[in-house]
Amino acid sequence: MQGNPAILISGLTKSFGAVRALDGLDLAVRTGEVHGFLGPNGAGKTTTLRILLGLLRADSGHAELLGGHPWNDAVELHRRLAYVPGDVVLWPNMSGGEAIDLLGRLRGGLDRGRKKALLERFDLDPTKKGRAYSKGNRQKVALVAALASDVELLLLDEPTAGLDPLMEAAFRECITEERGNGRTVLLSSHIMSEVEALCDRVSIIRAGRIVESGTLAELRHLTRITVVAELDRVPSTLPGVHNLAVDGSRITFEVEPDRLREVLPPLTTAGVRTLTCRPATLEELFLRHYQVAP
Amino acid sequence: MALVRLALRRDRSLLPGWILVIVGVVAGTASAIAELYPGMDDRLALGLTIGSTPALQAITGPVYDPASVGGLTAWRATTIAAVLAALMSLLLVTRHTRAEEESGRAELVGACAVGRHAFPAAALVVAGGANLLIAALITAALTAQGLPVSGALAFGLAIAGTGWIFAGVAAVTAQLTEHARTANGLAAAVLGAAFLLRAAGDAGGWEALSWASPLGWAQRVRAFADERWWVIGLALLTAVTLVLVAAALIRRRDLGSGVLPPRTGPADAPPYLSSALGLAWRLHRGGVLGWAAGFAVMGALFGALAHSAGQILGGNPQLAAILERLGGESTLVDTFLVTVLGMMGLVAGAFAVQAVLRLQGEEAALRAEHVLSAAVTRPRWALAHLLMAWAGSAAVLGMGGLAIGAAHGIRTGEPGQVIRLAAAAWVQLPAVWVAAGLTMLLYGLLPRLTALAWAMLLSFALLGQLGEVLQLPEWMQRLSPYSHLPQAPGGELDPAPLIWLAVLALVLAGVGVAAFRRRDLTGA
Repeated sequence: MQGNPAILISGLTKSFGAVRALDGLDLAVRTGEVHGFLGPNGAGKTTTLRILLGLLRADSGHAELLGGHPWNDAVELHRRLAYVPGDVVLWPNMSGGEAIDLLGRLRGGLDRGRKKALLERFDLDPTKKGRAYSKGNRQKVALVAALASDVELLLLDEPTAGLDPLMEAAFRECITEERGNGRTVLLSSHIMSEVEALCDRVSIIRAGRIVESGTLAELRHLTRITVVAELDRVPSTLPGVHNLAVDGSRITFEVEPDRLREVLPPLTTAGVRTLTCRPATLEELFLRHYQVAP
Repeated sequence: MALVRLALRRDRSLLPGWILVIVGVVAGTASAIAELYPGMDDRLALGLTIGSTPALQAITGPVYDPASVGGLTAWRATTIAAVLAALMSLLLVTRHTRAEEESGRAELVGACAVGRHAFPAAALVVAGGANLLIAALITAALTAQGLPVSGALAFGLAIAGTGWIFAGVAAVTAQLTEHARTANGLAAAVLGAAFLLRAAGDAGGWEALSWASPLGWAQRVRAFADERWWVIGLALLTAVTLVLVAAALIRRRDLGSGVLPPRTGPADAPPYLSSALGLAWRLHRGGVLGWAAGFAVMGALFGALAHSAGQILGGNPQLAAILERLGGESTLVDTFLVTVLGMMGLVAGAFAVQAVLRLQGEEAALRAEHVLSAAVTRPRWALAHLLMAWAGSAAVLGMGGLAIGAAHGIRTGEPGQVIRLAAAAWVQLPAVWVAAGLTMLLYGLLPRLTALAWAMLLSFALLGQLGEVLQLPEWMQRLSPYSHLPQAPGGELDPAPLIWLAVLALVLAGVGVAAFRRRDLTGA
């Protein structure tokens, strides 16, 4: 783990009128990691990002970004980061290529070679005017501008929401490369497979609070493993299992990860023919937080 | 019908405001004239002055019956009320058609069981009804003051007719472009051209020119002076034709697109497009050039008229004698030019307000966050746009002054007029800058209420136009920054008000920027 965290937030709150968008949010993103920021629409992801960018001012709490203060040191920090909003709106009369150059230059520099390579990779026509692009293509314009900028930190707000599957694959390749180059990425998303494939660590946000944070392995450690087995005969007792279901010779149950080893011997003696162990998917982790009443 | 109700609900406070202002202006003018000119002699004297002052006619139009209170009311209030009704109608129609499509809301409703004509139809029903209500209220208000019913009805319908025509104009322009801003701009340009044609026609006595303008028709209904009812039919026919054209255009295009096709642009940005200032220049460039061209045309037209304005009086020895005592023919020309430049100052104010409001547009459209999440401070971004408003208004006013000077100089054979009138046009600048500064203040403090900037400019115009007629108290008339400008050309140029107005503009803008720096970005 390298030095200081790229982002460190504690006890952040923000209200819009009567609506409490952030309710004591804590978040830590380490330098050099790809961090998944997972939650449904309205959970407070965009508000968090906008506070980190100094576009909104927090009501209370502490936020630190690349060692600086998001509001007071905004311009200094913005030279070192790039942001892709969830809903990209371009200048109607400006071509995509012009917008990419402008955004890169406003951040303090753009790698022309990378711009060209990224345009090809994302199959984007830079000569169209802003008003002529589809939602997905507008997002590509902002992505190319961000990825071609020479920055330490990328803040991406649901960047693949308008992309087709081919472009999503291209996006994943790019993020993997960015991690290889030592950049830090905060990726807000509600697409589980994307976060599962890309992120070193994940934070799940719900109603303005982080309800779970850690590596995927750590998160999984807290949830039960689903086991499906076909047996010669069903054993009378199985220690520590939950939600046991028997369907003829086939049984399904859940078990805590650290008690899995206690379950295996009875299964062996019961004459196991097939055995599938499946750790919880991110989706199950996620839904667990959203189905249980607070 | 559901869409009509939706439109009425969205406009429930805006629309009654417009209607009240329009009816109020007409009713207020009628009662002020009845009070100020009670006797036939007073009225005839006023009529003679108007008849011999082309500058006045350029603003208001001709007077058809100076003997009656109704005739003078029609002369004084027709143009203002007609312009307001036209503005109300065109903004209303665009708001409920193109703006809806641009925001994507039309898609939401369009996917439900409504036809492709439903949005424009609902907007036109609301605009048509609002104008009819204005006609009814004007008729009632004027009749209540003891004016003849037929004249009051003709007056009301003349105003409504102008409103209907511009509702039709907006229905067409909404089909031509993909953006509400452009659609409004096109429709407003038609209104500006209509005003210009009528002003030139009425000031220069070219009846055909006035007949080419729908605003000219409103006067030529001749309310309270042997009404010509068929002119109202002409207005209605024109409105219906425009609506049919719009309907034909709707059938030929997709939802969200315009009739004019989009073009492509360069793959790389030019070098200047690398800072907040470069971006602001790029965004305002087209606007500045367009407005400058408009000012050049307006200036050339009035510049060419100025000389005749002096000559018309030459034929009237009595008036010429009075004028000789006041300072001769050149004074009359200068009075005309002062009026024209004052009008240009207000129009330049409109340019400045829309330029500053571009900030609000960028913020609401979420484009501001691209810039402000890059290494650009908020003051730098706001000041870049403010600079475009200030420098741009100097450019368009300068262009207008040069054009007036050139045209007037050619007519009189005095090349010196070019510099003299360009300088006189710039006398308007400090007031324009104050309007921009006030808009910046609004934007910094109350970003959701920036439409008030237009109300502010409109009240400056009304204070200048009607303040004296309505005998408003002095302090109220002085609320408009334009009222503090020294007379130019012709008057003694006192630099003091120019300096303090400019300082005031800087202070207002400074407070606005400071407030903007502290607040949350809105939108999303």
